[in-house]
Amino acid sequence: MPTASDTAAGRPHPEQRPGGRSGGSSGGRPTRPGPAGRVKGVALRWDTVIGILLTAVFATGLATTEGFADPGNLAFALNDIAEVALIALPMTLLVVAGQVDLSVASVLGLASALTGALWEAGWAFELIVPVVLLAGVAGGLLNGWLVTRIGLPPLAVTIGTLALYRGLASVVLGSNAVTGFPETYARWASDTTTLPGTFLPYPVVLFLALAVVTGVALHATALGRALFAIGAQEEAAYFAGLRVKRIKLLLFTVTGLLAAFAGIVFTLRYGSARADNGFGFEMLVIAAVLLGGVDFNGGKGTLIGAVCGVLLIGVLKNLLTLNDVANEVQVIVTGLLLVGSVLTPRAVAVAAERRHRRAAAATAAPPP
Amino acid sequence: MYANLPARRRAAAATAAACALATVLAGCSGTTKDSEEKAAASRGSGATADPDAPLRKGLKLAFLPKQINNPYEKIVDEAGIAAAAEFGGTGKEVGPSDAGASSQVSYINTLVRQRQDAILIAANDPNAVCGPLKQAMRKDIKVVAYDSDTAKDCRQLFINQASTEEIGRSLVRDMAEQIGHQGKIAILSATQNATNQNAWIRYMKDELTKPAYRKMDLVRVAYGDDADQKSFQQTQGLLQAYPDLKGIISPTTVGISAAARYLSDSSYKKKVVLNGLGTPNQMRKYIKDGTVERFSLWDPEKLGYLGAYAAAALASGQITGAEGETFTAGELGEYTIGTDGEVVLGPPAVFTEDNIDDFDF
Repeated sequence: MPTASDTAAGRPHPEQRPGGRSGGSSGGRPTRPGPAGRVKGVALRWDTVIGILLTAVFATGLATTEGFADPGNLAFALNDIAEVALIALPMTLLVVAGQVDLSVASVLGLASALTGALWEAGWAFELIVPVVLLAGVAGGLLNGWLVTRIGLPPLAVTIGTLALYRGLASVVLGSNAVTGFPETYARWASDTTTLPGTFLPYPVVLFLALAVVTGVALHATALGRALFAIGAQEEAAYFAGLRVKRIKLLLFTVTGLLAAFAGIVFTLRYGSARADNGFGFEMLVIAAVLLGGVDFNGGKGTLIGAVCGVLLIGVLKNLLTLNDVANEVQVIVTGLLLVGSVLTPRAVAVAAERRHRRAAAATAAPPP
Repeated sequence: MYANLPARRRAAAATAAACALATVLAGCSGTTKDSEEKAAASRGSGATADPDAPLRKGLKLAFLPKQINNPYEKIVDEAGIAAAAEFGGTGKEVGPSDAGASSQVSYINTLVRQRQDAILIAANDPNAVCGPLKQAMRKDIKVVAYDSDTAKDCRQLFINQASTEEIGRSLVRDMAEQIGHQGKIAILSATQNATNQNAWIRYMKDELTKPAYRKMDLVRVAYGDDADQKSFQQTQGLLQAYPDLKGIISPTTVGISAAARYLSDSSYKKKVVLNGLGTPNQMRKYIKDGTVERFSLWDPEKLGYLGAYAAAALASGQITGAEGETFTAGELGEYTIGTDGEVVLGPPAVFTEDNIDDFDF
């Protein structure tokens, strides 16, 4: 694993990928750009850009759209992406470590189906919750086991389990929809119940608390540094003595747990347990994480960026819907943002590298 | 220097877990389904209706279909929007591009913020839309379900396209007329547990017990699973098993068009009567080539039209949604609200060679 001192000399480390984004170093990034890149890079770091964009979209909403600033609307807009946000936290860790989990939405659906089936069978809700969470852990463990023990690529494994878990969900509940969950819990997940004095619904409060915990874990602990190391160069991380397999297994398990928890929140929020709940959510989660500047190749990204990505998708969706922008256009806007989030940092990095090379060539060449 | 970090990591993980569990278990009071059902709230409307109130001008109606770009729902909604213009209001159609259970919810929130006077919804899931619709009603926005109902306490009215009983009985009546009240008939349904199909078939069987149909014999109910290929094969199977079959009733749009396709290419064409529920665009070809003489479905334009007038009557205070209240739906005439706020559009529309070109859906 390249350390800060390796690259502080002002040259890109030999292991730095050509597409690597130049920028600041928060979160124990393994690589640092040259001095020129650093000066330019600070302003252009993608998570900063997304943060600014989020603020801009928010301000635009406040200024132009009637009903946007309404606390009820803000609560709704935030709660509307609560499940995506919850799953985005472990997904950020996974992507930083160069992994991905496409089965999260299926785990959500399976959790919802299980919740419904057990509720219909007359179980106490307090008993259903831990059982469903355990099911999520089991799903995550299976993903992690297939990736670490059998050595299959996470994309292949989780495409398989995406189908498997969704299929199980249909077996558990069929095409039924179970309703009538306890008012106490349904109210907890509703956007009309907020933290007193704020417009923050409880799932969002929980998300924010977990985001702080995840942020600290990623950026201020040895585990976090290990994730960046694994994402940057898995083999190097292994030879540096990191327990790569165990860490990956833990990541997939936590992801399964949170996806199942998101399934319970989803079920309560809509008051309807169905096997097809959250269909296609995995793409939304991954889009939000990538939008926040987390590199799909692993090794780079910040949690605050991912959180801003999630919030941007939520606020933008709310704002566009309030302005009667057709759904297709909304999908296109999100797609363009996503493409932009992948392209822009690359373009900036390439430009910086060219500048750097030109500067190096100029100093190397003797004056005529 | 990192020696103490694993401990910090464990602490962070423990904090996260505690955080999640504490929230989940907050208010732990042994809630089970039964105790919850007993606590079900009663509903009641305190408002009174003024049947003589004029329709308010400038009403804002919003149609929220199961998904936009569905040709059938587009016809319903556009007819409703045109009706709104007729009584001096405005209408619009908004909605998701997928028919997922939850995808309509953010649209309801939006319509509440936009202070629409009424929301007309064809619900993808009767319960997932419930919470936000109740919020809308609390803010005095009227809610009318059409085509596909929500849970009963989440809307004021449900515009039912045709009564289940009427569809079942009229399909048998039409078939009897076409085959001269005698001979073997079969039913080609969708899936074995489709609620609406089974309800229609129950009424068909009940109608067949009447003396007028004593020479008619229902030999089999076949299931095409709403899959084109399977419905096609099931038709084939029926005709092989019962060479003297006189008619097939297929109350599913997928089934009837697959059966018509099989018949039109076989020697049974014009010998076996096919009837049921279909859409004009799917069936036009088979009406024109004589494979099918008539089939039914409700008229989607009238459904949208009635929905718009019902919403306007609610928003103008003519009705509250209580059973027995009446209102006038423009050129469709007077309607009475039935039990559970249900308004039935009327008998299904019958499509024949004479009128099929008047419809495009």
